[in-house]
Amino acid sequence: MEFVFFLAAAVKAGTCLLYATLGEIISEKVGHLNLGVEGMMQMGAVIGFIAGFTFGNPYTAVLCAALAGAAGALIYGFLTISLKANQVVTGLTLSIFGVGFAAFFGKNFVGKKVPEAITTFFAPVKLPILGDIPYLGQIFFNQSVYVYFSYFLVVAIYIYLYKTKWGLNTRMVGENPVAADASGIPVDKYKYFNIALCGALCGLGGAFLSLVYISIYPVNVVSGRGWIAVALVIFAMWNPGKAMLGAYFFGALDIASFWLQQYNLPVSIYLFTALPYLATVFVLIFTSMRKSSNKKEPAWLGKNYFKEDR
Amino acid sequence: MLHIVKKEVPKTREKIIVRLSAVLAALAVASIIVLVAGANPLELYIGIVQGCFGSLYRFAATIEKMVPLLVLSLGVLVAFKMRFWNIGAEGQFLMGAVGTTLVVRLLPDLPLPVMLVLMIIVSFLFGAVWLMIPAFFKARFGTNETLFTLMLNYIALTLVTALQYDFWKDPAANGMPKIANLPENALLPSAGGFNLSILMAVIIVLAMYYFMNRSKIGFEIAVLGESENTARYIGINVTRTIIIAALVSGGLCGMVGMMQTTGVSGALSTEITGGLGFTAIIVAWLSGLKVPFVVVNSFAFAVLLQGASYIQTAFQIPGSVAEMIQAIILFFILGSEFVLQYRLVSDKTKSEVA
Repeated sequence: MEFVFFLAAAVKAGTCLLYATLGEIISEKVGHLNLGVEGMMQMGAVIGFIAGFTFGNPYTAVLCAALAGAAGALIYGFLTISLKANQVVTGLTLSIFGVGFAAFFGKNFVGKKVPEAITTFFAPVKLPILGDIPYLGQIFFNQSVYVYFSYFLVVAIYIYLYKTKWGLNTRMVGENPVAADASGIPVDKYKYFNIALCGALCGLGGAFLSLVYISIYPVNVVSGRGWIAVALVIFAMWNPGKAMLGAYFFGALDIASFWLQQYNLPVSIYLFTALPYLATVFVLIFTSMRKSSNKKEPAWLGKNYFKEDR
Repeated sequence: MLHIVKKEVPKTREKIIVRLSAVLAALAVASIIVLVAGANPLELYIGIVQGCFGSLYRFAATIEKMVPLLVLSLGVLVAFKMRFWNIGAEGQFLMGAVGTTLVVRLLPDLPLPVMLVLMIIVSFLFGAVWLMIPAFFKARFGTNETLFTLMLNYIALTLVTALQYDFWKDPAANGMPKIANLPENALLPSAGGFNLSILMAVIIVLAMYYFMNRSKIGFEIAVLGESENTARYIGINVTRTIIIAALVSGGLCGMVGMMQTTGVSGALSTEITGGLGFTAIIVAWLSGLKVPFVVVNSFAFAVLLQGASYIQTAFQIPGSVAEMIQAIILFFILGSEFVLQYRLVSDKTKSEVA
């Protein structure tokens, strides 16, 4: 039974990663490697908390967090799409910006509690029927609505990317913007839309931490989880469904060192934190060795598209 | 309708004017945030300058911040020149520091000169190996090096965390998770706040200028960066070039680990890099991958870093403001590159040109 609780906690820990990973998948699918995930999560976390603390309304808090993340993403988008700045450097700068932004605006809120109204709204709810399934019910269907919304998003984003015309166009822009442009797809519009969507999801991931995962606002609430999300995108091979599994696996590793403390293991528990990154490295190597194209990164990832170069 | 077209290579004068205006525009935007923080922006900017040049001691602190950034940026530059996106400077830095500490732990009684030379070699090798791993897979299978080197940063960080909290934890620190300070015979000699790493940096700058601009291998790295096919066609051994560039790039970043442990922090810790490995990527990129500009830009960033830590104590303004100002300046400079490389023309003028 204790292990079931561990898995339920892993799902909760993985949820913030799942939001951010889904966002980064969309961004990378449209050909933009955005290393600003950490920054956008930080912006979402701090703005989400401030809005929640000020208005006490969960919907406002979550909406503000998504908008903050999207705003960060749009700075990145404007620089890399319209001004054709280098994606890696711009993304890193966005991360620096977001960390500073959160530290600065969150300074006066450190130690403050999440308002009662929000805590109750996001408290775990046992779903009828599904929640009664042995083990699985306890793990997946006795969670916060914030977690349930992420289940919905996984399906929605899968349908968006693989079953709709917009998703097809998005992927085409990421694979070959020249061909996309030639076939009349407005390349820049697709990029802006998907990058903003990525930012909004990263913002939601950050706000999950500051509104649901913790009860008292700490100095640095995201603390590097954005980089794990970047790793997860590769681990999941740009697939929303696998991102879900990966997020819970990485979430389990995130809390594993805390849980393992009680067992007095012969190895250093601190080494466990390296596992998500090691796993990602193996996936990177593995995917590059197999040349199957549907498991690889989008062909145009990281490169900007300049129309007149055609 | 307006079109974007590529420009001819801009003149140095134009570049300087555009970049300076970008910085000014950024400072104007940053001033708004400073006002929100409840301070006078002008006073703050003067404070930054005072914090860097106000006294010999402060100037020494500025240089102390410039040295690691400069060497890291040069290391990153070598890889970038080859279009090998090494964003793992943080990890190579950490591994170099681990190597340095390992030397002291294994051979604690060496005389200072021998100790320093050995630490330089070992830190170089540790950093180099940390970049050789992704370089090997890149050369062999085309594995994405951007993400690989990024992951290696965090693997190195967990390793240092494990060392600090478990394996190398100082038993004399009353339960505090810290690694023991280096002994006297393993510290860089210094005078008046300026330590020997400055001299090392000067030598590295000169050597790198020669390496990148005058040597055969520097030329080969540049050709390979332009086009792998051209490189193969004119008979460059691609694998060998990648390996050498990775060796130099990772090695230099590793050496910074030695310079910081022995010259500044006095002990290995998880905070030793201070994010400089990421800043170095930005410095190298903004310098157009040219050694002389790297020197100028690392100084400019060092001024910002030192100024930030000064205003934090002098004006009680959180250091995060400086982080934001830094990022805003970067955003503006990144955006201003567009003005230098492209221009907008209307349909009419375009058809005239054609």
